[in-house]
Amino acid sequence: MPEPLLRLAGVTRRFDVSRPTLQRWLARERRQFLRAVDDVSFAIPAGTTLSLVGESGCGKSTVARLAVGLLAPSAGEIQFDGQPLAAARADPGQRRRMNMIFQDPYASLNPRWRVRDIIAEPLRAFGIGADVPGRVAELLGQVGLAGADGERFPHEFSGGQRQRISIARALAAAPSLLVCDEPTSALDVSVQAQILNLMRDLQQLLGLTYLFISHNLAVVRHMSDRLGVMYLGRVVELGPADEVFAAPRHPYTRLLLEAVPDLERVGSARTPVGGEVPSPIDPPPGCSFHPRCPLAVDRCRVEQPPVRKLGAVEVACHLAEAGAD
Amino acid sequence: MSAPLLGVADLTVEFPTRRGILRALDAVSFAIAPGEILGMVGESGAGKSLTGAAIIGLLAPPGRIAGGEVRLEGARIDHLPAEAMRRIRGRRIGAIFQDPLTTLNPLYTIGRQLTETIRTHLPMSAAEARTRAIRWLDEVGIPAAARRIDAYPHEFSGGQRQRVVIALALCAEPRLVIADEPTTALDVSIQAQIIALLKRLAREHGTAVLLITHDMGVIAETADRVAVMYAGRIAEIGPVAEVIRAPAHPYTEGLMASIPPLEHRLERLAQIEGAMPRLNAIPDGCAFHPRCPRAIDRCRGERPALTPAGATMAACLLAHA
Repeated sequence: MPEPLLRLAGVTRRFDVSRPTLQRWLARERRQFLRAVDDVSFAIPAGTTLSLVGESGCGKSTVARLAVGLLAPSAGEIQFDGQPLAAARADPGQRRRMNMIFQDPYASLNPRWRVRDIIAEPLRAFGIGADVPGRVAELLGQVGLAGADGERFPHEFSGGQRQRISIARALAAAPSLLVCDEPTSALDVSVQAQILNLMRDLQQLLGLTYLFISHNLAVVRHMSDRLGVMYLGRVVELGPADEVFAAPRHPYTRLLLEAVPDLERVGSARTPVGGEVPSPIDPPPGCSFHPRCPLAVDRCRVEQPPVRKLGAVEVACHLAEAGAD
Repeated sequence: MSAPLLGVADLTVEFPTRRGILRALDAVSFAIAPGEILGMVGESGAGKSLTGAAIIGLLAPPGRIAGGEVRLEGARIDHLPAEAMRRIRGRRIGAIFQDPLTTLNPLYTIGRQLTETIRTHLPMSAAEARTRAIRWLDEVGIPAAARRIDAYPHEFSGGQRQRVVIALALCAEPRLVIADEPTTALDVSIQAQIIALLKRLAREHGTAVLLITHDMGVIAETADRVAVMYAGRIAEIGPVAEVIRAPAHPYTEGLMASIPPLEHRLERLAQIEGAMPRLNAIPDGCAFHPRCPRAIDRCRGERPALTPAGATMAACLLAHA
């Protein structure tokens, strides 16, 4: 296996959600912390895609921000290409090798800038490339836009075309790692297919490494080599995507897969799992999934399950067994 | 099939603008039987939400119904005076929208909002209305309904809020419910709960549902029939199983193929090139022909009508050949 490009080891990120000091003092409350990301470890080998999937509030977007250094971890270590992330970000030669694609192509492009300036911004910021117009034209071609589109403004483009512009901008400084936070969630399904195909093509062409964040299991299935399932800030199952989809071991992964509406199940009745994701400010003791888990035993209510390796898959569940289906 | 509860015939909606009239809905026709769930699917701008808004008389000006008719239980309800339409909304047609936060008034308890809705439409005392409100909260699966009725919307989670909105839409027992993207703002496990709830209520109360969504998976599991919208027209309509398994319209086919499957990993997704046309540039003939892999010369000049094609109805010149 090639050397990982990105490695997270025991990464935790807490947010202070306490009330203002005076109010807290008057009400005799203690400081409150929200553990958005709790002891997360994974590695992404260069040239592959790792996806994180989970419901709102599970911490997947926080991991995305941690991975490119937009947030600093409260504990744990992040390494980029064998180097601590902070050191890598201090070196422009390394920092340009990571970039991010955001969910909303309407909010992430400056409406007052022409497309060519938007795409050229990373080039100017890093002072790279002698022939900026030539590079912009090349990037526009790579994402399937015409050279003349560079003269236009973002509002002249549809959502899918705007996401192509975001991708061109992200690729401008020739990065190795792209962190994609729900890149197709704002798009229609036929446009989503275009963008997903484009992202796969670019990965093959440029040898990109993706950290892909999505709530959509089908999209994740299509994009991932490896898959991590997150619940309340923790990765509960991590492994090769094919294996996780074929034989989900964690009850939460099974719940998620079961809940996806399926074209094959026309008119079929289902018994949805009840309950909702609890608040991360005050997570349940033991395994945080136990209140919703159909298999929970007494041990799950008190003891937090450690991550165990079962074959190629890592699972944080007391009950998961190797080879279970 | 029993007499339709809702009959929509040649419904046309236009937006007059300075640069001419934009036709956002073009001769849309369909019917929904009591207890039936009709799914309406399409991409952004296809006109699916507009169809719902036109039926309940909530078109945003300058949008207007320029032609066709809407019949509820046989009587025309388009072009009714505003006051008469207001009495129909809530009483005979309920509405569920995408975002439960904006649908509920944050300043009133949900009990007040429910009892107000009930008493506006039904002759009931405050106490009777409250009892009914609690029963409905119970019915949509709010735990400890009798206690929670005096809580404010912000005290509920997203999924519970959407349950409250469903209770609000159904508490006057309307004959028709228009649900516009009711699960889009929700997580997938909550979505599954809400879908199951909608299906159960439609079945038990014989309510007809127009379910508007962009998610074909939701339609597959919920609806009895589905209408696929494209550029303000119905491209295909028919029983869900047939439309999904054997689509007759090339757009439906492309739409189905572009959904990534859960079962296995494909090398590439099938993609429909281009994007849906803007309203001011809808092509002549079949609106889909510039993106259609099978288009022939006739498609450019001749507009296809919705005609039977196998088990469904499709608006495609080639579907019947």
